[in-house]
Amino acid sequence: MTAAAADVRTAGGRRVPVVRVYRFELVKLVSQWRIRLLLLACWTVPGLFVAAVGRQGPLPVDTLFGRWMHATGWAGPLVVLGFAGTWVLPLLASVVAGDVFASEDRLGTWRHLLVAVRSPRRVFAGKALAGLTVVLLLVAGLACSGTAGGIASAGDRPLVGLDGHLLAPADAAWAVLLAWVSVLAPTLALAAVGLLGSVALGRSPTGLLLPALVALAMQLAQMLPLPAAVRLALPGYAFTAWNGLFTSPVQAGPILVSTAVGLGWAVAATASAHLLFLRRDFTGPAHDGTGLRAAAVGLLPAAGLAALTVAAVTAAVPSPGSGIGRDEVERSVATAFAHLYRLQTGQLNRPDVTEAQLRTTAACTRGVGRAAARGPGNDWRCVVTWHLPGAEAAGTAVYQLDVTSDGRFVADGDGPKEVNGYFLVRTPAGDAPNPLWQFDGTVGLLRLSKG
Amino acid sequence: METLPAVRARGITKRFGDVVALDGVDLDVAPGRIHGLVGPNGAGKTTLLGLLLGLAAPDGGRLEVLGTPVGRAPAAPDGVAGFVDGPGLYPSLTARQNLAALAALRGPDARTAGIDDVLGQVGLTDVADDRARGFSLGMRQRLGLAAALLTRPRLLVLDEPSNGLDPAGARHVHGVLTRLAADGTAVVLSSHRMDDLEALCAEVTVVATGRVVFSGPPEKLAAENRELDYRLLTSDPRTAHRLAAGTAGVRVVDDAGPRRGAGALVVRAPVPALDALVARLVHAGVAVRGLAPVVPPLEAAFLALTGQQEAGR
Repeated sequence: MTAAAADVRTAGGRRVPVVRVYRFELVKLVSQWRIRLLLLACWTVPGLFVAAVGRQGPLPVDTLFGRWMHATGWAGPLVVLGFAGTWVLPLLASVVAGDVFASEDRLGTWRHLLVAVRSPRRVFAGKALAGLTVVLLLVAGLACSGTAGGIASAGDRPLVGLDGHLLAPADAAWAVLLAWVSVLAPTLALAAVGLLGSVALGRSPTGLLLPALVALAMQLAQMLPLPAAVRLALPGYAFTAWNGLFTSPVQAGPILVSTAVGLGWAVAATASAHLLFLRRDFTGPAHDGTGLRAAAVGLLPAAGLAALTVAAVTAAVPSPGSGIGRDEVERSVATAFAHLYRLQTGQLNRPDVTEAQLRTTAACTRGVGRAAARGPGNDWRCVVTWHLPGAEAAGTAVYQLDVTSDGRFVADGDGPKEVNGYFLVRTPAGDAPNPLWQFDGTVGLLRLSKG
Repeated sequence: METLPAVRARGITKRFGDVVALDGVDLDVAPGRIHGLVGPNGAGKTTLLGLLLGLAAPDGGRLEVLGTPVGRAPAAPDGVAGFVDGPGLYPSLTARQNLAALAALRGPDARTAGIDDVLGQVGLTDVADDRARGFSLGMRQRLGLAAALLTRPRLLVLDEPSNGLDPAGARHVHGVLTRLAADGTAVVLSSHRMDDLEALCAEVTVVATGRVVFSGPPEKLAAENRELDYRLLTSDPRTAHRLAAGTAGVRVVDDAGPRRGAGALVVRAPVPALDALVARLVHAGVAVRGLAPVVPPLEAAFLALTGQQEAGR
């Protein structure tokens, strides 16, 4: 049956409005124990986790903002977001969207549903919207729970950004909200891939796993030293692009590009799933999905979109490659150091200095020399130089850098001890964590986005 | 009572690739009648029921459902309800929730109206708040019927509604269908149970390999099959055997095997020859303790029409 025929089909008996189909689908989804447990877990576990971590000594410093979980409650939802973007959100998309259509195959209820609704288009719309609602509820639960746990355990305090500058609580709250909103686009893209797998593969477990497999492939791609244009053209980058919200100025370019890519994938995969669904013949003998080949064909529009985005970003970005150059790294390290130096100055009760007075610079090398320093790697070494008002000699400090391919870096202080060589500083109120000892930062991969 | 036919099909064809599922099928169902559809597995019954429910369009022929031409694009008009390949139920919902969710599709006013009534009609009031997950096949069938009743259909299409029903459940379903027909609803049902069809249906259509091989009242179907096997139980089997072998038109089936039973013999004969045999037995002083068709007449006719006679014997 063709899509046109399916359209004509709906001209028959009185059709059920989409909003009623949506409610029907929502009732079915929420009645499943699996979905109820997921909702409960998403609305409670992150909060409990953040609160528990906030009360213990060791912090998850490998996760972005993990080292600030004792300092501010706004670090909690960002730690949850970092973890969720890697594993949780793809799995949620798999479990919910990957099963929305397949469950009818499993229960043998397609014909019953179509007789009741009388319009395959409306069945599709109701199912897609119900799946989307549940995914949004789950994501909202993660965000709200993580925030509540963070604020309850560490309080509503300023957050140190990824360039070392302090975000006031209100600004931090706004940035956290935007960060969670920004990951909706790639989550919706994965959910749409789940719909496609669910339509194309019926009750086959491969359909359920398709978004998880796509997410895994995207994770792997983000770990490879791919050119920045390719990296940004994949929807998985949006799971890390929110890092740019925590710099000043905000690195808006990667966020906007990756959000657009995520939404594009969501639209392309949903449209493919819609077409496949309308072409399906529900009276055929033992019909069960349209097969792996159809799923692969259904992914073609999204893959084509990725190719187009690569071409567009490559044309827009003046220098292709990894996007991680020596100049960008030096600028990021110097900026973060200057902000954090002021923070340390405040801790030590020393007279305040401004970033402009410090005139901080960084000289970075990688491996054998300075000229060839570019790209991700854990062999970056930076010497930071700064000036204090009234002092003739410039101060210097050394950092070892581990720069990952998504532009994130961890700077590990190598001395001198009184500046960045020890994890504690002695303050009038007692020992406190040294903000210059280790810090996280990010390098904007798109040159056009730099402030 | 409505005068328009509930179903009027002429020369319906339907293909799935190279497979011809229906080949020039005619079907007439009047309002207020229960019409049985029988045929071996793969004969095209479910495909035909699917066309009536608007799940697909016929590739050829003319189909009118409740007076509405279906044409080349499938379209089930309002007033058609039912199920094919078993009722569609959601196991995580209770019986009542299943019905309420379906009713809500029809609008807020219909959300609870009639749910208790249809549950009572199919005998599921006691388990109305149990999840459908634990329901037996018979209970699922009855809940599927309740779901169809909820829409107050003018044409009810049911695929094997008697599957898995115990005698009490079957009585409920028969009662519901009979009442519906009395109220003017046309019912088209497929079944493999000839006793159901005989008890319920005013007309039956026999389908084999996508073609109609018989359509009419069940009595006519039975009458058309004139020679049947009968199990004969007498006080003197040896004499009965001799007399049967010597009666014109009667043949003793020697290879009846387990169908014969101890002390009985199986004879194949049309009704007049059988009458003559009984008269001779009585005249010879042999008491006739039992005489019944080995296979019910309707079933025998079905087997003969669909080419499965030998399998049935």
